[in-house]
Formats: sequence, structure tokens, C-alpha cells
Amino acid sequence: MADSKEAEQVSTSESEQSDLIEPETCIHRENSMLLPAENFISIDYESFENYDCQPSGVIHEIVRSNSQDKSEETPDVVLSSSNDEFSAGEDKEERKQISAKELASALTEEDIEEDETRKPEWRAQKKHIFILSEAGKPIYSRHGSEDKLVTIMGVLQALVSFVHDSNKDNIRCIIAGDHKFVFYVRDPLILVCVSQGADSTQQLLLQLTYVYNQVLSVLTHKTLVSIFKQRRNYDLRRLLSGSEKFLDSLLSLIETDYSFLLGAVRCLPLDLQVRDMISQSIIQHARVKDLVFALILANNQLVTLVRMKKYYLHPVDLHLIINLVHASESFKAAESWTPICLPKFDSSGYLQAHISYLDESCQTCLLLLTVDRESFFTLSDCKNKIKERLLKYNGLNAIGDSLTKTSYSINQCGITDLRHFLYKSRSTAQYTSPEVEAPYLGTEEQERLFGLYQYLHHRIHTSARPLKILYHVGPHETLLGWITQGFELYAVFGPLVTKPSAIHSINKLLKWIKREEDRLFILNSVTF
Amino acid sequence: MNTIEAKVVVLGTQAVGKTSVVIRYVGGMFSKAVSPTIGASFFTYKLTVNNYRVKLQVWDTAGQERFRSMAPMYYRKANAAMLIYDMTSADTFYDIKEWVSELKRNVDNPIVMCLIGNKCDLSDNREVSVKEAQEYAESIGALFHETSALKNIGIEEAFLEVAQQLIKLYETSPNSGLHTIDMGENRSGAKEGNSSIKLPEEESSKPATQQDTKCAC
Repeated sequence: MADSKEAEQVSTSESEQSDLIEPETCIHRENSMLLPAENFISIDYESFENYDCQPSGVIHEIVRSNSQDKSEETPDVVLSSSNDEFSAGEDKEERKQISAKELASALTEEDIEEDETRKPEWRAQKKHIFILSEAGKPIYSRHGSEDKLVTIMGVLQALVSFVHDSNKDNIRCIIAGDHKFVFYVRDPLILVCVSQGADSTQQLLLQLTYVYNQVLSVLTHKTLVSIFKQRRNYDLRRLLSGSEKFLDSLLSLIETDYSFLLGAVRCLPLDLQVRDMISQSIIQHARVKDLVFALILANNQLVTLVRMKKYYLHPVDLHLIINLVHASESFKAAESWTPICLPKFDSSGYLQAHISYLDESCQTCLLLLTVDRESFFTLSDCKNKIKERLLKYNGLNAIGDSLTKTSYSINQCGITDLRHFLYKSRSTAQYTSPEVEAPYLGTEEQERLFGLYQYLHHRIHTSARPLKILYHVGPHETLLGWITQGFELYAVFGPLVTKPSAIHSINKLLKWIKREEDRLFILNSVTF
Repeated sequence: MNTIEAKVVVLGTQAVGKTSVVIRYVGGMFSKAVSPTIGASFFTYKLTVNNYRVKLQVWDTAGQERFRSMAPMYYRKANAAMLIYDMTSADTFYDIKEWVSELKRNVDNPIVMCLIGNKCDLSDNREVSVKEAQEYAESIGALFHETSALKNIGIEEAFLEVAQQLIKLYETSPNSGLHTIDMGENRSGAKEGNSSIKLPEEESSKPATQQDTKCAC
């Protein structure tokens, strides 16, 4: 029987890898349509500091000039804050006094009863996410009303500014018992995660960067900075109102969807010819000036992506797009035209998105992203033609069929004792995984499986000691993680598997994936 | 029979029922779970009035503050504006005044305005009196209707009256910006003056690679 003791073996040396045949990478880097995001996982805090300091390039200029002319039309984007109850220009010292006062009141016993943080259900939450302004003003809280959390926001702000002022340093993480406090300070916002879950500090930091990018996606970096430049005390909730649901939805996706952990996108399984036909429909009918990206999504999976030759869609941006579609019911009512900022593409301005569903049941969503704010009607025509062609050649039916078949069962791979796996193709930033089956059907078990993958991923990618292969025997299952140039593979076996048989299975699995890759991945990128 | 095509923009504070009114009119139904509009939604509706076929292109805009700066995109070149407030909230009515002054500032072509007090099924909690709204509508030369998307009261009438006004406008003022479908080829002419954004030409392949390195760093 499975030993409840945990045994573990780490092998990083080349010689021990010889059992595993490393298949040649079949996908060439230049063919990729998504930017690989392998580097994204190993977070380097410093690199964030200067990531978007100078967005450059002609398209940025264009988008920027675009957003400038917008602010000329309605200067009240920024100025309308005049009825903000706080006066502008409060200086830093004053701020510090306030937060010190808040800190003090947090420690007094009197207001404890009013305090949301004392409520057992609030305290029992596994993960809290807070967004506050540099001045300590609450902007967002995952659980509970941020209004009632003024005190805790004040404490968090005090912690950040204390470390900053006394050592000219940045606070990154506090570990207190079971709780991890992870800080992500991106002027003018402070993002904090408090978790008692299995996530590693790096993974929590990654989640905070997603939250930050989601805020940028709504406001743009430029607007965010200029607002707080004008008034440090601005209540950002005014401008974010209505977009809290995107943050909520993003955070629940992060907890259940492997895309975020892997920095990869999942493609809807489709026969190569069918997918080609769908892409061709877009190319034929949406060859429009200024159209940068055209993509079809179905159930959070990518059906196809057509891009302008010189621009790539970063997986982070794609995840934000997927979240936008996932969280909004309103696109189902009618064709929509909405601005969206893709922070990795250009954090200083908006792209304009034409969003529409192609089928009656609202599963297949077409997005056309352009820099031309006036092209709604052109794109609307494109959409009708694309839809017509997809109906004519049964493209929509094929997508619908694939959706009802719900991916594939692990049995199809024909490997005994393999329970589940994640396979990420690094050069395309896409991943595949089978359906979750027994024994992981219950919510609790699914969460545990997710935790196993988080653990495996963390151990392999930990910056202190990155591994190539990790074979981990746990009490209930055996885990195997393997990273090569071309792919990342995380596999979950039953507890009784032996190392040689696990390695044998993995090689078999890789062959199976190779055979199926045309269906599971988008291998050649399509451009206008 | 003449066919005219008119652009209608629906404006108002969030949660006053803009989408509900439009869906009631265009789709003939009411849903309790209408989710907030993101950006703007586009609907078309065709009706026949006084020997004219009128094709309404309706822009249902989002009321959320963050989309406020997008509004000019929709009301520019609009032929009619539906200004919707919630009669149970005086604040939403005062917001209309801001919209009207913004329209007056930024729209050159003649525009039919229609003030709509929605949610009249909740008139027990009314905060805006008929008299007040009526007087305001007259002062800005707007039509006025009280409606309920839930009970389907007054919406048909409001849009019908707007269509009639549009026809009147088309007949009396040649510069109305309204165009008939037969003259459809000239539609592009109406677009001049757009500050269209141009994507970089060939020589600009550099930024892409720059970006490439930035993202892949």
C-alpha cells in the first residue's frame, strides 16, 4: 500500500536523464503565434521595475496619439474628480501621519467589533487580495467590502512605506505562521496577497501581476499614472466601478485554470483542416487596414488567432481577453464595441475591440482588435461574412461538436496508471491536458490536484534551484515533472508506479502527443 | 417609398435601464438579469412611418464612469439621442443635464433629443416629477416620455415619435446628416474629418522586434 511517508528524488544531471528520450522540438520559434512565456514564470522582481517605463515603437505612438485625442475631447476623464471629497496635493508627510493613526487604531481593542477582519468567515478565506493606492486608499478587496477594510489597508500601506522610507527598500513578503503576505508595489498602486494556501510566493506574485495587468487593461497605465499624479488621494473605485467583476472572475480562473500557472493557452481540439478553414475565413474576410488581431474563442479556449505580421499576442494579454469574454454577459445581447488595453502589447493606450458571438447559443466568440476607432461598421461587415462562410463550410458545427466532446479522456492516451497530465509546448505557449477524471471528481480533490501541480511547478521553477526533472513520491500519488527546451510536462501517476515504468509511460505519452499535436495545438501561426 | 437611415445614441447614468429599454424595443422582451454593458452595444431596428422606411442604428452605450470618455465616438454624427434617467433617482436626472450640455458643445448637426424617465412602474418611489421633467424637456427642445421596460409602457411611443421627428428633420433640413439608403454610396463621404489612425508602413518592422525582446526578456 501507499506509504504515507514521502520520498523524493531529484535528478538534474544529464546522465540520469538518458532514460528519457528527448524528442526534437517540432515547432519552430518563428512560427509561433504567441510569445512563449516560459520566462514569465521565473519572476525577476527587478525586471518588473523597468518593464513598461518606455513603451516604444510606432504602434505605440499611434495608439498613444489616439488616446491623446480622446483626452482632448473629454478632459473630464481626469478632471471629473473635482467632487472627490479629499483635497489634492496632500504631501507625503501628511499621508504618513494618517496611516500611523490608522495603524494605531487598528491596534486598539475598541473598534474590533465593527471590524470586518474579526469576522470568522472573513478570516477563514484561503486567499485575500487587496489593492490600495499609495496613499493607502482602498481600491479593491477580494472578500468583504473594501470600505470596511480601511484599517487593514492603512496597516498594509504603513508596512510598505515604513520599509521604503527606512531602508529605501521594497517589502516583498512576510511569512507569519501559515500565512504568506506577498507585496507587489507598482507605483501608484500597492497590491497585496494574503494566503494560507499551497501557492508559493512566486506564484502569488504572478497572480498579483495578473491583477495589476487587469487594472491596466481597464484604465491603461498612462491614465492610471496621470490620475494619481494629479491627486494622490483619488478614489480609484470611481473609475473601476463595474470592473470589479473582472477582477473577481480573473482570480477564480487563476485558482482553477492551469493556463495562468503555466503561462500558456489552451486550444480547442480541432482537426487541422477544419482549423485551417476557420483561419482562412478570417483572412479572406477580415483583411482590413489597422486590424491587429482577430481571434475566435470558445469556452475559454482558443480556436484560432490571426495576427498582423509584425505583432505578437502575449499569453498574458490573451488571458485578459479570455477573462473579459468569460466575465461579460453583455456581449451576448448584441455586437459590442469596446476599448481594451493589452498591457504587454501597449500599456499606454487602448485597442478597440469588436466583439460578437457567431452562434445562437453564444459559445463561439469572435474578437476583432483594431487601432482604428471608427471601423465598427467595416468590422461588422467582416463579421457577417466570416459567419456566413463558417456556416457554409460547417465550421461552427465543428466547433460546437468539439465543445460537447469536452476535450479528451486520459484513457485515449492508452497509458495505465497515468491519472492526469499537463503538457506545455514552450515555443507556442500552448498547453494541453485531458479531462479531470476519477479520483479527482470532487471539488476538494480537484483543489488538491491543483495544489500538487502548483507544488511540482514551484519546485521545478524555483529560482534558487531550478530543476530539469523531478520525481516525487507522495502519499497518494507519484508526480513527475520534466522540462526541456521544447516542452514542460507535469504528470500525475498512481502511488504504486515505479520509476522505470513512469519514465516508460512518459515516453509513450510524448509519442501520443506528437501524434495528436495537429489537433491539440495551433502549430503554424496565421497572419494577414 | 423613401428609406432613411438614422443613428440613435442612448445615453444616461449607469443602471437607469438603457439596455433594458433598447432590448424591450428591439427584441420585445425583458430580462431581470441584464448585465452592465461593456463599451457599447449595437442594435438595428427597421420601422415604417408615414411612407418612410426608417432604419434605426442604435448605439446602446455603457453608463459606467470609465467609459465616459468613449461617448463622443457614439454621439458624434448621431441624428437622435435618447436621454434616459431613472425616475426614482433624482441624481440620474441631473446627470442628463450634463449630457445635454456636452451634446450641445460637441454636436454640430441637428439632433433629435428625447428625454426618457424610465422605471415608471416604480412611480411610488418617484423622485423626479412629471412637471419638472416636462419643463426641462421643453427648455432644451426635447421630446419627453415616461417609460417602463419591465411593463412595456411608453417605449414604442418614444421611439415612434423620435422616428417621426427624424423624418421631419430629413424633409426640412438638407444638412441634417440623415441619408437615404439609395444614396448609400455616399456614406463614406459622411466620414470625412475623422482623425483616422494609421498603422505604420513597411519601414516600421523594428518596433515589433523591440517588443518581441521586451516580452520575451
